[in-house]
Amino acid sequence: MTMPEPIIYLDQVDVCLGNVFILQHISLSIKPGEFIVILGPNGAGKTTFLKLLLGLVKPCTGEVLVFGGPPQCGLQEIGYAPQRRMLDTETALCARDLVGFGLDGHRWGTGWPSRRRTEVIDQALEEVDALDLAEAPVGQLSGGEQQRLLLAQALLAEPRLLLLDEPLANLDPAHQQEAVALVDKIRRKRDTTVLLVSHDINPLLRFTDQVLYMAHGHSAIGTPEEVITSETLSQLYDTSVEVVQTKGRYFVVGAEV
Amino acid sequence: MFSVLQYPFIHNAFLAGSLVAIVNGVLGYFLVVRGLTFAGHALSSIGFAGAAGAVLLGIPPAYGLLAFTIGASLVISTLSSETSRRDVAIGVTMTFALSLGILFLSLYHGYAEMAYSILFGTIVGISQNDVILSAMLGLGVLAVLSVLWRPLLFSSFDPEVAEVRGLPVRFLNVFYLVLVAVAVSIAMQVIGVLLVFALLIGPSATAIRITDHPMRAVALSVCLGLVYTWAGILLAAASNWPVSFFITAISFGVYLPVRLLAGQKRARFPIKQLGKKSVTILDKE
Repeated sequence: MTMPEPIIYLDQVDVCLGNVFILQHISLSIKPGEFIVILGPNGAGKTTFLKLLLGLVKPCTGEVLVFGGPPQCGLQEIGYAPQRRMLDTETALCARDLVGFGLDGHRWGTGWPSRRRTEVIDQALEEVDALDLAEAPVGQLSGGEQQRLLLAQALLAEPRLLLLDEPLANLDPAHQQEAVALVDKIRRKRDTTVLLVSHDINPLLRFTDQVLYMAHGHSAIGTPEEVITSETLSQLYDTSVEVVQTKGRYFVVGAEV
Repeated sequence: MFSVLQYPFIHNAFLAGSLVAIVNGVLGYFLVVRGLTFAGHALSSIGFAGAAGAVLLGIPPAYGLLAFTIGASLVISTLSSETSRRDVAIGVTMTFALSLGILFLSLYHGYAEMAYSILFGTIVGISQNDVILSAMLGLGVLAVLSVLWRPLLFSSFDPEVAEVRGLPVRFLNVFYLVLVAVAVSIAMQVIGVLLVFALLIGPSATAIRITDHPMRAVALSVCLGLVYTWAGILLAAASNWPVSFFITAISFGVYLPVRLLAGQKRARFPIKQLGKKSVTILDKE
């Protein structure tokens, strides 16, 4: 049986901004269909890592391959939801249009309004439980509601690779569970590879195949059991860190998560 | 009073004015949603310096206007997107440009009407050739806008994801401002560089207070611009007061109540209740 071609492949990659190393010596290989959670403190380079895969940031050394080729903008197989600040309250756009950008916002011309298009968008809104917000001005919605719209926008492109930067940040626990379950459902249905940046592994444990933990320029990748240990995290943080496992959940003591 | 409407110069005024209203109505929508309204105003003031300089050199003012506005649009689009810093840079440059314009006008020993027409427009002095030229430029701008519609919209509201999806966001930013420069140059004849704001931004700023759908906002913006322009010409024909005054006054007069009423409409948008549980606040002893 042949191994499937990795969807993401990094070999001894360094990323620097000026003289500062953001990421050092990262090597990893991610197979199609995996659910990877990226953890680490603020400023560790998690967003930079996603931008590396999108072609927005170039490595100073090493090789990066996405879908077998160099990363570039405009790959339609990638869905991306960046870290968000709240939209201006007076933004003159309704939810349906914001989500619709994910479908055809990148095409030239004005496009024809069609029932099929509205159905597809409404279906995406339905999946994130936001159909009743379709006509609402997006600036008036809560952070969590905006987050769900942006998730729907990223999903509409039917991506093979989904990059989500802190999609759970503004969601209450109930909606967090729904959002993660939805992402996993889509992943299994379409064999999508998911890279999700988060600060808390616990809502995601059930679905996680591997954890990529980044701190202080160092990184470690493996299953949650392998990576989220006192030894590994102490090495990454270069200080004494203890991991407490209780009731099937991980708690990191002594370092910012 | 309305016998004046039979004259060709009034027909040219209506044609040129309608064209400007349509082009500015569409372009102005993106200026408003991109937060570039001050930059748009600055373009017209900087253009004034170019037009005055052209007059001093003895060439048609429109060429100087175009050169300066396009140059300014290229510079402005490279400035940082952080609004306050960018607006200070634009404001300082714009004020200097205005002072240059004053200098050029004071050095000019020709007809004073030329200066007046650059500043406030001479819609009643537009020739048929001017109308045809403006129509060609204006239709060109509209054609380009219809091709760029979805990319411009996406990059206006969501530039980060738009770039990831492959749109040339920086190029669109620059190219769009160049289109605005061209539109401002066409509008100069109708309403003058100082009052372009009234047709470039007034109608679209009003329209987005009324609707959240881009297509409808643009359509409404164009309709409003047309109404302001036609009403302005008719009122000027009836009273002998300047056309550009009437257009600006109507633009302002419609925007103000819409703005005030729209603020109340937003406050009434229902917030989704998560649950029916009530919370009891315990009083501190």
